[in-house]
Amino acid sequence: MRVELVKRPQHSALFSALSPFIALFLTLIAGAILFSILGKNPVSALYYYFVEPLTEVWSWHELLVKAAPLILIAVGLSVCFLSNNWNIGAEGQLIMGGIAGSILPVVFPDFQGWYVLPVMLLLGMAGGMAYATIPAFLKVRFNTNEILTSLMLVYVAQLFLDWIVRGPWRNPQGFNFPETVQFNDSAILPAIWADSGRAHWGFILAVVAALLVWFMLSRTLSGFEVKVLGRSARAGRFAGFSAGRLTFFAFLVSGALAGLAGIAEVSGAVGQLRTSISPGYGFTAIIVAFLGRLNPLGIVAAGLVLALSYLGGEAAQVSLGISEKSARIFQGIILFFVLASDTLIYYRIRFVTRHSDAAAKGA
Amino acid sequence: MGMFEAILLTVATAATPLLIAAMGELVVERSGVLNLGVEGMMIMGAVAGFGVAQMTGSAWLGMLAAILAGAAFSLLFGFLTLTLVTNQVATGLALTLLGLGASAMIGESFVGLPGVRMQSLNIPFLSDLPVVGKLLFGQDPIFYISILLTIGVTWFLFRTRAGLTLRAVGDNHTSAHALGVRVVRVRYLAVMFGGACAGLAGAQLSLVYVPQWVENMTSGRGWIALALVVFASWRPWRILAGAYLFGAVTIGQLHAQALGIGIPSQFMSSLPYLATIIVLVLISRNKRLTLMNTPTSLGKPFVPDR
Repeated sequence: MRVELVKRPQHSALFSALSPFIALFLTLIAGAILFSILGKNPVSALYYYFVEPLTEVWSWHELLVKAAPLILIAVGLSVCFLSNNWNIGAEGQLIMGGIAGSILPVVFPDFQGWYVLPVMLLLGMAGGMAYATIPAFLKVRFNTNEILTSLMLVYVAQLFLDWIVRGPWRNPQGFNFPETVQFNDSAILPAIWADSGRAHWGFILAVVAALLVWFMLSRTLSGFEVKVLGRSARAGRFAGFSAGRLTFFAFLVSGALAGLAGIAEVSGAVGQLRTSISPGYGFTAIIVAFLGRLNPLGIVAAGLVLALSYLGGEAAQVSLGISEKSARIFQGIILFFVLASDTLIYYRIRFVTRHSDAAAKGA
Repeated sequence: MGMFEAILLTVATAATPLLIAAMGELVVERSGVLNLGVEGMMIMGAVAGFGVAQMTGSAWLGMLAAILAGAAFSLLFGFLTLTLVTNQVATGLALTLLGLGASAMIGESFVGLPGVRMQSLNIPFLSDLPVVGKLLFGQDPIFYISILLTIGVTWFLFRTRAGLTLRAVGDNHTSAHALGVRVVRVRYLAVMFGGACAGLAGAQLSLVYVPQWVENMTSGRGWIALALVVFASWRPWRILAGAYLFGAVTIGQLHAQALGIGIPSQFMSSLPYLATIIVLVLISRNKRLTLMNTPTSLGKPFVPDR
């Protein structure tokens, strides 16, 4: 038997709405199979993974804590991916944003007041933006592949964070732990509902960012430019759009949002800088962007789904004794199924058996 | 054994995984497919190689398992991009993310276990020669495989009919299809070859370089291998040169750290990554040269019409 693709005359609106759901459904089936192989009851395993974390108020808070950086980054990535700029270094931009935003509470802890947080957030965005400029500049000026440069810069950023936290910024009263000082209260992003859990304003920022970018993409000329140049660079040139300028635009937007995610995570969820401030949010956000079909509103939903997978991993470790690393397998599988389901939008799939092949030839 | 000789030996050990993985990716890209999943396939090879060697006590079986694991894992990428015609960049990233996640979970119980080291071959008399003796005649088997691979790939691509077909598929899949070449089949084989090479490169890490299992132990080598292919402008011998250049940078910064020259170790450790960026910039700034050498169909989707 052979699989054959038949191009649809028009792309299917039905499947473009359905494909994320098909992907999630297939992921659940794959998960059930995986759990059976590990010798667990698949139904109860899936329950612990995807339902149990939603039965308590505090874990809803955790969901929002984890969804915030994922949504912020993925919204920025959607601008990049739609315009055919493959920024996969968001993890590095997140780290640089976290570091730049921490300048105030770590180096100038005496500054306290209402102005501290806004300045921190702006510095965080500037840090991520500046770091994202590097691959954008190299792509526009030297034609250098942005995938490889942006990714290499992630490793550099991780090492830089490690150095600054162990070296110049280490808390002198910290018993030699590789940590900076605890941020003072005016440098902490406040909780949304402080009495029930620790979800912080990062999530609100993420939703606002998603709405703004959605508006930009669907209602403004810049958004039109993004889509035209992304689909066909040639058509974009004829329309007078500059690909180089757009590359900078896409990288700056996504760098700023990744940087914002970084400082929001450091200030809202951690409260100090450590040698590692993200469990790979910058990479998981790539999955979020595709699961949300590169639509900022879809990305909000997709961010919650992927955040749930992190919680599910932790829950499964506690209740089932399955490693929490299984969450990363789930996340990887989701992306595969999303990409595979997207094929259905543009193609009909025909299964050709020897028999039907012969019949077709005879006809 | 002198200091200089010892450094040369370690340079070869650091260069070998890059050389093997990049050589595999070269063949894949020459067939017109861009597989960004090298890092993922490599780490799957590393974990499979370590696990099987640990269980059987045989490094050779570990190596075989790594090759098979890499090839099998690459089929996932092949099925999506070649049969379902998905976006190659996104699918390659997916392969890397899944590989890193799956290997972390598979390898969780391997952490801290002593590994099985692949024994070096010691050719009598020849390996006792001064300076070059150990370097040329006393290395681990995977080193020799990497050299044979370079010769073999060069010969295959430029001296055989099958190699010509593969390059034709990569340069113009529509014409190749019109001539009756089975484009998708050629590409499947190329992708699997790339996977096998990446798996072998991973085995070199977990059986020779640091015979143990550490999560994320490839630490970007798969990506550096991808950069090497661009650096080498898709020529096998230039990959050999590039891999040894990177091996030298890696080892050089390690020795500089050991000497304690006062620069923070983190800055030294970031040198291989920064070197990758600089080298990419130097190569790609010459737009004409890059365009001339890039396989024309690289990364473009192909659906056979009939």
